[in-house]
Amino acid sequence: MYVYDEYDQQIIDQRVAQYRDQTKRYLAGKITDEQFLPLRLQNGLYVQRLAPMLRIAVPYGTLNSTQLRKLAEISRHYDKGYAHISTRQNVQLNWPKLEEVPDILAELAKVQMHAVQTSGNCIRNVTADQFSGVAADEVEDARPWCEIIRQWSTFHPEFAFLPRKFKIAVCGSETDRAAVMVHDIGLQIVKDDNGDTAFRVLVGGGLGRTPVIGSVIHEQLPPRHLLTYLEAILRVYNQLGRRDNKFKARIKILVRAMGAEAFKAKVEEEWAHIKDSALELSDEEIARAKSFFTAPEYRDLPAQDMQALALESADFARWLNHNVHPHKQTGYAIATLSLKTTGVAPGDITAEQLEAVAALGEEFGFGEIRSTHQQNLVLPDVPQHQLFALWQKLVELELASPTVGTLNDIICCPGGDFCSLANAKSIPIAEAIQRRFDDLDYLYDLGEIELNISGCMNACGHHHIGHIGILGVDKKGQEFYQVSLGGSQGLNASLGKILGPSFAQDDIPDVIEKVLNTYVDLRQEGERFLDTYNRVGLDPFKERAYA
Amino acid sequence: MPKIIKDAQVQDDNWVLWRDSETLPDSAPVIVPLNLYLAHREALAKLGEVGVMLASDESPKALPADTLASLPVIAIDFPKFADGRGFSYARELREQHSYQGEIRAVGDIIRDQLFFMSRCGFSSFALPGDELEEALASLNDFSEVYQPDTRQSLPLFRRRSA
Repeated sequence: MYVYDEYDQQIIDQRVAQYRDQTKRYLAGKITDEQFLPLRLQNGLYVQRLAPMLRIAVPYGTLNSTQLRKLAEISRHYDKGYAHISTRQNVQLNWPKLEEVPDILAELAKVQMHAVQTSGNCIRNVTADQFSGVAADEVEDARPWCEIIRQWSTFHPEFAFLPRKFKIAVCGSETDRAAVMVHDIGLQIVKDDNGDTAFRVLVGGGLGRTPVIGSVIHEQLPPRHLLTYLEAILRVYNQLGRRDNKFKARIKILVRAMGAEAFKAKVEEEWAHIKDSALELSDEEIARAKSFFTAPEYRDLPAQDMQALALESADFARWLNHNVHPHKQTGYAIATLSLKTTGVAPGDITAEQLEAVAALGEEFGFGEIRSTHQQNLVLPDVPQHQLFALWQKLVELELASPTVGTLNDIICCPGGDFCSLANAKSIPIAEAIQRRFDDLDYLYDLGEIELNISGCMNACGHHHIGHIGILGVDKKGQEFYQVSLGGSQGLNASLGKILGPSFAQDDIPDVIEKVLNTYVDLRQEGERFLDTYNRVGLDPFKERAYA
Repeated sequence: MPKIIKDAQVQDDNWVLWRDSETLPDSAPVIVPLNLYLAHREALAKLGEVGVMLASDESPKALPADTLASLPVIAIDFPKFADGRGFSYARELREQHSYQGEIRAVGDIIRDQLFFMSRCGFSSFALPGDELEEALASLNDFSEVYQPDTRQSLPLFRRRSA
């Protein structure tokens, strides 16, 4: 992974000092609440329902064991002994004290971590496929490009006060695991007509109140132009994006209002001024970025017969089937550690578990851990012959729920229990569903289903792109839930359609059961939930759910 | 005499910011709104030194190319400090129009914006309040930056590899 040099370290250390001074002046009454708001947000600090929330950046979901141990230590000392993995691969603390945040940042800086631009109307922490660098279906590793973008976007002087937040995601494989279609900018690494690396550039995708699939404005952008092209897009958006209405301020609204072609023309006009400037990437810089992401020292391991491995035990076989993905290096595998144990808020992890995962990362890999936007953790380099030993340890740690990719691998925002934006609670809904569908054989029979829950229109739980989406709404002061079907992520992303009038909290498990029964009754051989939905449409589900 | 932060110092300021876009001022040096300037260039020139203020929705593209270089000062207004359009306008003035004169940030600005503003090409800051000396420190929040800007022509990656 990327390692800071003296420049990176100095910038992060000076950021800590800057924020410490800002906090001091705020507490002394020299900065108003309104003025402090964007300053603290650009450092990931929200003021929530019960306490502040600090969002710590995990650039493109990559962590090492030292960083996990530091997070454990911080969560114990400054918080309540646990942390939360967010739907943007970041780590959140739910109970820090505002006056102690500068100290937390100083601790993070010791392990090359920070909370820079994890919130606020600026370029947010860039996200990527959690399997970057190890996935069997990879075109090219996204991480060097993410690091180049991270440095360019960090404290960019021109784009700290954009009309609204701005999210960039990069995907380097054929299967999109970074949701590039629904980001402000999505970058998909492709090979151009000569077989060289290029970027397919999408703009104006997004979830939230107005979900939109992004538009392609460049099919094959040569890599040396990556930063100048991004800068041109941001410059157009900064000047023309709406600032009169917070709900219409995202770039998707601008692109839709102008039309993608007209937007592209504006970008090209700005780009012409800077295309050949010093910001054009040099071969040396690209090589430098790539040098941090070379393959670790893999051993020459024979490929294991996975079916034979599965004979160890039925429980292990389940985990192997659902939580392990193919690795590009023979003899290795990618293991997903589930943070979806029933009874625990999706994405929550205790300090003890963080430390244990740090040790597992060293024992069963090269000390690297990934976080995912599905709110799980990943050990990217596990020797296949050690999978059983790893699984046994994960069972003890309650990180082995063999439900990755099933209905119970729920994506869920913190919701009304924590978040002051939420209209409704989301964690109890996730738990009620997990309790209702606790039979593993039934879950496996249902197959691949993505169920996503958001507590409000801001859609942190990505409900629009869940095969089943649940959205908390406020109806005359009561918490209700709207169900949508047929959303999906990936390169053929689609947005879910609303089933009908919203439901009371207690009815949700029954409604989901009716939806699932409809699928089971109607499915044809080999059809996933999404396939059946796409074939039969919304009506059969609707009839049953409201019968 | 009012004070302003200019060229990284607290200085006396004799420019009057004339926000009235209907009637002409009667003395100079004065900074006037763009529409007043465009409508009364000749009359204003007779007053003496005149600068122009761009509102947050007025891009530098609206300035007449023939006189842009001779303007002693261009002010960019921030109706709210979180309205960041002016950051792009200042860069455009410096980098696309090669404007060499004073670019002044006016309106609802806060000291925590000074570092980014100065990187975008602002050379003076009409900061509300009276703690200007203290605010100077914010011009130096960072001693190293990743991106090229109007003060540092090379991105860090080109200096790192040198």
